[in-house]
Amino acid sequence: MTVESTAARTPRRTSGGKRAASSKAGTKTAKTAAAKPAKAGAAEPELVQLLTPEGQRVEHPDYSIDLSADELRGLYKDMVLTRQFDAEAIALQRQGELGLWPSLLGQEAAQIGSGRATREDDYVFPTYREHGVAWCRGVEPKKLLGMFRGVNNGGWDPNTNNFHLYTIVIGSQALHATGYAMGVTKDGADSAVVAYFGDGASSQGDVMEGFNFAAVYNAPVVFFCQNNQWAISESNEKQFRVPLFQRAQGFGFPGVRVDGNDVLAVLAVTRAALDRARRGEGPMLIEAFTYRMGAHTTSDDPTKYRRDEEREAWEAKDPILRLRTYLLAEGMADEAFFADLEKESEDFGKQVREAVRSMPDPDMMAIFENVYADGSALVDEERAQFAAYQASFADAGHGEGK
Amino acid sequence: MAVQKLPLAKAINESLRTALENDPKVVLMGEDIGKLGGVFRVTDGLQKDFGEDRVIDTPLAESGIVGTAIGLALRGYRPVVEIQFDGFVFPAYDQIVTQLAKMHARSLGKVKLPVVIRIPYGGGIGAVEHHSESPEALFAHVAGLKVISPSNSQDAYWMLQQAIQSDDPVIYFEPKRRYWDKSEVDTETIPAPLHSARTVREGSDLTLVAYGPMVKVCLEAAAAAEEEGKSLEVLDLRSMSPIDFDAIQASVEKTGRLVVVHEAPVFYGAGAEIAARITERSFYHLESPVLRVGGFHAPYPPARLEEEYLPGLDRVLDAVDRSLAY
Repeated sequence: MTVESTAARTPRRTSGGKRAASSKAGTKTAKTAAAKPAKAGAAEPELVQLLTPEGQRVEHPDYSIDLSADELRGLYKDMVLTRQFDAEAIALQRQGELGLWPSLLGQEAAQIGSGRATREDDYVFPTYREHGVAWCRGVEPKKLLGMFRGVNNGGWDPNTNNFHLYTIVIGSQALHATGYAMGVTKDGADSAVVAYFGDGASSQGDVMEGFNFAAVYNAPVVFFCQNNQWAISESNEKQFRVPLFQRAQGFGFPGVRVDGNDVLAVLAVTRAALDRARRGEGPMLIEAFTYRMGAHTTSDDPTKYRRDEEREAWEAKDPILRLRTYLLAEGMADEAFFADLEKESEDFGKQVREAVRSMPDPDMMAIFENVYADGSALVDEERAQFAAYQASFADAGHGEGK
Repeated sequence: MAVQKLPLAKAINESLRTALENDPKVVLMGEDIGKLGGVFRVTDGLQKDFGEDRVIDTPLAESGIVGTAIGLALRGYRPVVEIQFDGFVFPAYDQIVTQLAKMHARSLGKVKLPVVIRIPYGGGIGAVEHHSESPEALFAHVAGLKVISPSNSQDAYWMLQQAIQSDDPVIYFEPKRRYWDKSEVDTETIPAPLHSARTVREGSDLTLVAYGPMVKVCLEAAAAAEEEGKSLEVLDLRSMSPIDFDAIQASVEKTGRLVVVHEAPVFYGAGAEIAARITERSFYHLESPVLRVGGFHAPYPPARLEEEYLPGLDRVLDAVDRSLAY
């Protein structure tokens, strides 16, 4: 089964019709409401949506977008290939080729929409799940896999694609992005910076400090929060009391919630936020309301803490499916396009598998590399001792007459 | 200005001024460092001369200061940040340890993090809690960081110049109780390598190793010991990471005895590392075990007790006597 066919399959009946009938932005279904503890009668706030889960184009008073058929097909392709990449990585982890994989399944629109909104000279600070954003930035996919295979702890040059290293400590990168944006302002450049983080990171002080520094220095940074509803096992209810996008107001900049499964809306909102930053109007917070369809990582077991029904409800809002429906309805893509893409996706998957399997283990002396830019007498001493220790085995081998 | 007698704080100020003049990428960040000139006036007058964009008053958030400094460094700047007091660095500890120290290695050497973190440290000024601590070992333990401390104005000036020019993150500990001690600064000399130790007094019976505020105490102890006919050599370590073990080894192989002195608690302190390495390197030259003088495994005491807590001349001489008694 390919990813393409996963995306294309009909939503399950349990989450189909009713959901479609009441899918006005932000309205909760009885099912999702029941799946979560009631939040003191508070209705979910409106979110920006330009493409409904059923694939209907709708307008929004503040955000609009006008894309060619080619561009729309491009976004579709990005999402499909990203999902394929993700599925390959999960499989590679199961086969023991990767130690761990944090899946982005379900978050393709949030990542492709925002990633495609960035300009070449913009700079992106990701968490460790931004595989789709990395794709948009042109980072070679296999480079993302090195750290999860355990051959390095990062391994790409952030300045090649203006895509910083994955950050594993939750929320730390919000400050790096803000500082980088402060530097952009100092340089008099009109680039913008995007700081990615998740709902879990919203509890971290560094994210709050990033908000505040960005506001105080009017830094051109867009805080892009993918609220995928779960910080490993902790639901939104366990994490905060006020919708995330509303926090921006307290720091003095705008915040908006966007349908994170609607690639058009995410693109439109992120573009607007980046333009705003470029014009010197300061930071903005985007909360992309989405869902982590898979486990937190391949080590996680979501059956311990969440119900299948919740996931099923979100399946009906699949980001790829709705764009496919729209493309077909508008005659902007035909079966040949999808078939070609399926083939391309399979080929891509094969390349990923081969790239990972042929990734060599690093030389053991790499332990001592790049600890310091200017070198260190201590590292030199320990390297020499370790090299001598390793060499002693070679000598022993000779002694045994090998 | 070529050769001039300056208080240590003023030497740092001059060094920052030089750096701001020489490199437009140097920016200073910290709490109250602008208009006020810092709580110790170390940055006095710099914002007035270089503007608010280069001498930046920050919100009161240490993690925010270091985290944004990392971002600025990634953009090509060379931030020099001030942490107001030793005990206030810990909100930034996560950024320093998990981000700043590792980013160069994580990028396989592609990005450089030329960030200097200035921290006034140590006791002896009668301060309240969290204002008198010596946390240098907590940073020296982390690969990727360089940790240094000057003991006099000349080093204060030059070691800061070298730290700012370094492409690695450097934690620069300023001995706050020596801020007002005057000594000569030559701004036109060629400085010693940043991580080299220096012999500040020659002797033949025993080696005292110290850094930062304790160098002065050790020199006083050596002078007192001389009156009793004991010849102590005093080494100013200057750098706690890396450590110039060659210099210590050379001295110990001459004197046969070693006492390491610091304000920081002895347990897991720099003295422990030095004792272990020197024992390994110079075992057959040692006439006695390496001894350590330093703080206790207890919170830094209230100010009325710090005179007893801090290693003074007598505590150093007591250790010297114990070493010589072997």
